[in-house]
Amino acid sequence: MAAIFQGIGTTASLSTSNSFDSKRFQFPSRRSYLSERKGNLFVMRSEGRIIGGSKGRGTSPLVTSAVASKAESSSTSTASKPGHELLLFEALREGLEEEMIRDPTVCVMGEDVGHYGGSYKVTKGLAEKYGDLRVLDTPIAENSFTGMAIGAAMTGLRPVVEGMNMGFLLLAFNQISNNCGMLHYTSGGQFKIPVVIRGPGGVGRQLGAEHSQRLESYFQSIPGIQMVACSTPYNAKGLMKAAIRSENPVILFEHVLLYNLKERIPDEEYVLSLEEAEMVRPGEHVTILTYSRMRYHVMQAAKTLVNKGYDPEVIDIRSLKPFDLYTIGNSVKKTHRVLIVEECMRTGGIGASLTAAINENFHDYLDAPIVCLSSQDVPTPYAGTLEEWTVVQPAQIVTAVEQLCR
Amino acid sequence: MIKPGQPPQCFSRPSVLSSLSLSNPPPSQKKDKKKMSSPILSGAKILQTLPINSNAGGSASDPPKPLSDPLLLLKSKSSLFRSSPKLRRFSSYSPCRSFSSSSSSSSAVFAVSSDVVKEEKKKPKLSTSVSDLLITKEEALELYEDMVLGRAFEDMCAQMYYRGKMFGFVHLYNGQEAVSTGFIKLLKKEDCVVSTYRDHVHALSKGVPARAVISELFGKTTGCCRGQGGSMHMFSSDHNLLGGFAFIGEGIPVATGAAFTSKYRREVLKKADYNSVTLAFFGDGTCNNGQFFECLNMAALWKLPIVFVVENNLWAIGMSHLRATSDPEIWKKGPAFGMPGVHVDGMDVLKVREVAREAISRARRGDGPTLVECETYRFRGHSLADPDELRDPAEKARYAARDPITALKKYILDKKLGTEAELKAIEKRIDEVVEDAVEFADESPLPPRSQLLENVFADPKGFGIGPDGKYRCEDPKFTEGTAHV
Repeated sequence: MAAIFQGIGTTASLSTSNSFDSKRFQFPSRRSYLSERKGNLFVMRSEGRIIGGSKGRGTSPLVTSAVASKAESSSTSTASKPGHELLLFEALREGLEEEMIRDPTVCVMGEDVGHYGGSYKVTKGLAEKYGDLRVLDTPIAENSFTGMAIGAAMTGLRPVVEGMNMGFLLLAFNQISNNCGMLHYTSGGQFKIPVVIRGPGGVGRQLGAEHSQRLESYFQSIPGIQMVACSTPYNAKGLMKAAIRSENPVILFEHVLLYNLKERIPDEEYVLSLEEAEMVRPGEHVTILTYSRMRYHVMQAAKTLVNKGYDPEVIDIRSLKPFDLYTIGNSVKKTHRVLIVEECMRTGGIGASLTAAINENFHDYLDAPIVCLSSQDVPTPYAGTLEEWTVVQPAQIVTAVEQLCR
Repeated sequence: MIKPGQPPQCFSRPSVLSSLSLSNPPPSQKKDKKKMSSPILSGAKILQTLPINSNAGGSASDPPKPLSDPLLLLKSKSSLFRSSPKLRRFSSYSPCRSFSSSSSSSSAVFAVSSDVVKEEKKKPKLSTSVSDLLITKEEALELYEDMVLGRAFEDMCAQMYYRGKMFGFVHLYNGQEAVSTGFIKLLKKEDCVVSTYRDHVHALSKGVPARAVISELFGKTTGCCRGQGGSMHMFSSDHNLLGGFAFIGEGIPVATGAAFTSKYRREVLKKADYNSVTLAFFGDGTCNNGQFFECLNMAALWKLPIVFVVENNLWAIGMSHLRATSDPEIWKKGPAFGMPGVHVDGMDVLKVREVAREAISRARRGDGPTLVECETYRFRGHSLADPDELRDPAEKARYAARDPITALKKYILDKKLGTEAELKAIEKRIDEVVEDAVEFADESPLPPRSQLLENVFADPKGFGIGPDGKYRCEDPKFTEGTAHV
């Protein structure tokens, strides 16, 4: 043991928390770790990074609270200001309305957004205030009214298109792919398409296969669009505002089951960045990347994990296209283990792309293969029990972390 | 009843530029007047077209359009047809024009002729003829020049293609010039045009310089889309040409959106003098596509200032219109959605122009959309790669005899609107323009590598944040075009 310590002592950049800053490692805490891991060899590179071997329970003190601490990157903290409480769909509406007040070219189009107030009440009350033309009830013709929004955007308006369910936008795929994504390029930059396409998707409560689709995987290859997914009232409002203000076409993915989440958000105006990820819970042992509803499954699993002695770092990636490789990369460099938890299908989903991106960019920092938990490649069944088994549940997340951190 | 395989009579009538008559409207049109007042609210299918309110100062009799609250326009939840109050008004008082080109008894199609001529009495007259002049000399020469430009340009494109200066799919417009010239020359600068892949001549008519179009075809950076669009994606924000679309039908919703913006600007943004009109050009094949019908519905529903122009050249690559369509008379599909449907001889630029004038002013007034079916023909194949073996040579010959340029030339010379020398001068000038354009394109540079990643996003932050924390677009390799995104 002494010889090994001597060997370790000569390298400069080894630290207890596995991140390779130039701090010298702290001898005492290392000892307990090494005594448990007698049988294992760990190879050190000249830079001092440890690869191979396994990290187990961390040596930093246990984090006592597993509740998500909302450490947003560029926003005011909600703790100090009073703020106001609202539900997620109200936050979306607030963001939309603030932008409509700010810019008279912002308009809404979709099925039942006007008189009906939106099938999830996101646009409730807006038609009475702003008129039938500004909050336009369209006929059931997704391809055409999405194309219409694109034409309107090219000629100076900023439409927000609502798909009553994201799945319906499959009918608008022609317009979204060919025109929304590509027109700015094929016109040589002459026309911009500042549309926002938003709607609820994801697996709900026994809504059946066609109403439970995750379209983010189908749209992700389209060049020229950005995709974001909101998960809390705070980021819903911020992302809605950012998406409307963006000159690029943005697809904002909401989730059917998250509309009634309640949170206290600031009174003052704020806009979030479309390209940044959100640090939900800093940690040391494993990076869990997630978005939308799975964030809540992950946080639930995090409670269990903390009780078991793990310290997961949870990041809500928020930006599905492009990925925020800076936040993700920093996390990978710190924890060296990645677990992706998503609701997309196994094949060709966001997780698959994220796995590829992390492998490509941060391969050297990984101590274990990336694990990606996604939904099963099955159409979502109606039966409640079957539906539960198609999406990732907290227990699976706990098991995966345990395996990853062995 | 049109038998499959046989072209209907109406599609093969000889050119009528020389046969405009000043007689009274045929009796069947008078009959239509009575039929027009059939009740619409009862839910009866609208079989006849609606007469277009075409008085020169017609807007005086219209009720003032509410500019303030759009809710007032669309509030009545009880009526089946949102725009029905206005329909009723039209049917009761407006004079029956030749736009009522159908009656339930016969399926005869009326091209625009006599009534239109009567309307033109107010135009300045030349010495020789009196009231059958539709255009002034300046206008005639302008139309002639535009059509000759279109033809010469397309012929040059064919030459350049076979010489290997351009590649891919190139769809030429030879034979259809009357439609483009007839419609687009009536537009103002702020009016928008949306086309399909057969868009070179629409671009030229709208005012995009020949140099910019041919450079685009050669893929040079001086092209109207910097070489990034190509033959099928001609765009010009200066000239309000909204494209150039490769998939058929995909431009129609975009045109509907541009028309929506026009209405929005007027009614929501309160720019009362904003009344731009959008023209959507597309072919017969597109008229079987869902987007066509969906947009007819929306445009009529909201009375958008748009004109749907069908360039029915009878062939969708190798698919004859008659083999693909249950009811080949496309203009009939307009009334089904509550807008007038008009059929016009698309080989006759003056007729097209008169129909266009009416449809465009109808849209500009705020009376809603029109569906115009132009019977026309393309002299070349579908694209330069099409061997064009399916079409009957006799059919081609028949239409070649109705060449719109030859017809206009004859009209100009007959009516003494211009001399042979003037027309020759125009042709020579156009040849020089086209040659100069080709020279310009040849000398223009190809796009450099640095152009690869530009214009993907209007805001290049959309490429995201790289591992080093900086936005990818700040990476110097980005401007070189070698960054990996």
